[in-house]
Amino acid sequence: MANSKKRVPMNHVIGFVLSLVMTLVAAWAAIGSDLPVTWIIIGIMILALLQAGVQLFMFMHVTEAESGNGHVPWNMMFHGFALAGIIVAGSLFTMSFGFDHDHGGGGGDHQQHEEQEQQDHSGH
Amino acid sequence: MAAEELKTGPLEYRTQEGQMGIMGFWIFLGAEVVLFSTLFATYAVLFGRTADAPHPGELFEPGIVLIMTFLLLTSSFTCGLAIHEMRRGSVKGLTIWMAITLALGLGFLGFEIYEFVHYAHEGATIQSSAFWSAFFILAGTHGLHVTLGIGWAILLLIQIKQRGLTNVTSRKFFIISLYWHFLDVIWIFIFTSVYLIGMVI
Repeated sequence: MANSKKRVPMNHVIGFVLSLVMTLVAAWAAIGSDLPVTWIIIGIMILALLQAGVQLFMFMHVTEAESGNGHVPWNMMFHGFALAGIIVAGSLFTMSFGFDHDHGGGGGDHQQHEEQEQQDHSGH
Repeated sequence: MAAEELKTGPLEYRTQEGQMGIMGFWIFLGAEVVLFSTLFATYAVLFGRTADAPHPGELFEPGIVLIMTFLLLTSSFTCGLAIHEMRRGSVKGLTIWMAITLALGLGFLGFEIYEFVHYAHEGATIQSSAFWSAFFILAGTHGLHVTLGIGWAILLLIQIKQRGLTNVTSRKFFIISLYWHFLDVIWIFIFTSVYLIGMVI
């Protein structure tokens, strides 16, 4: 490999700086910005995926010729992440969407809960 | 694929055994992604179900989480440098960068243990609610992986001191570097979807 002779591996340095910048941007978006919550969540999830890409391609040698140009690594990671997306989105879809647990049950039931909670709190 | 040893290219890829070992580890990493996805899914479904325990928004602090993230990001970078040195044939460079990686990993673990103890003092324990169970299992499984990785790397450092760089030891170091970078990938998603989203909502 030609680039393994170099003293400083530039692609690692670039990858490191990129991940630091993306972490700071994500933290700023979540803590410091006034963007709508939905956009923050979409934005920081995209940043997370990009950072995972930096790790895989710049640090983990996914595409180097010796590993068969990354045929197996790429397939493992792609299908792993595809399954992960299906499992997380599918669980949320079946378990959470359409049910707001903060206001679960019927209206009367809800009020009863609240009354009970208030009693609990005054009891402390 | 040649059964005999190749004369060029990185040491770890020169034998078929080395190539197969690395390929097998990628399959393991694919399975690890799916393992963590089930924990992420559980966490996402149980989000907000804190019962009487404190809300995540009250406990999560940006400062300590950012320090942990930077520690792990930097350790992933130094781990990459260690493999770079290994491919230049430098045992010394490999050992030094790997030791720095482990020190950063230990720093990360220290902060995580401090964080967990702090949460427990505030009343958020693994028994306190469904949400905190899911949180501690997700973050704790990652922390356990980091702990295992540190122990594994220490054993490899002892081995390389005894045997030097061979096809076998360089394959082992290459594989632990994949493992370490992978832990950083998982942490990025914990940082984003647990801590940042927990502070936003």
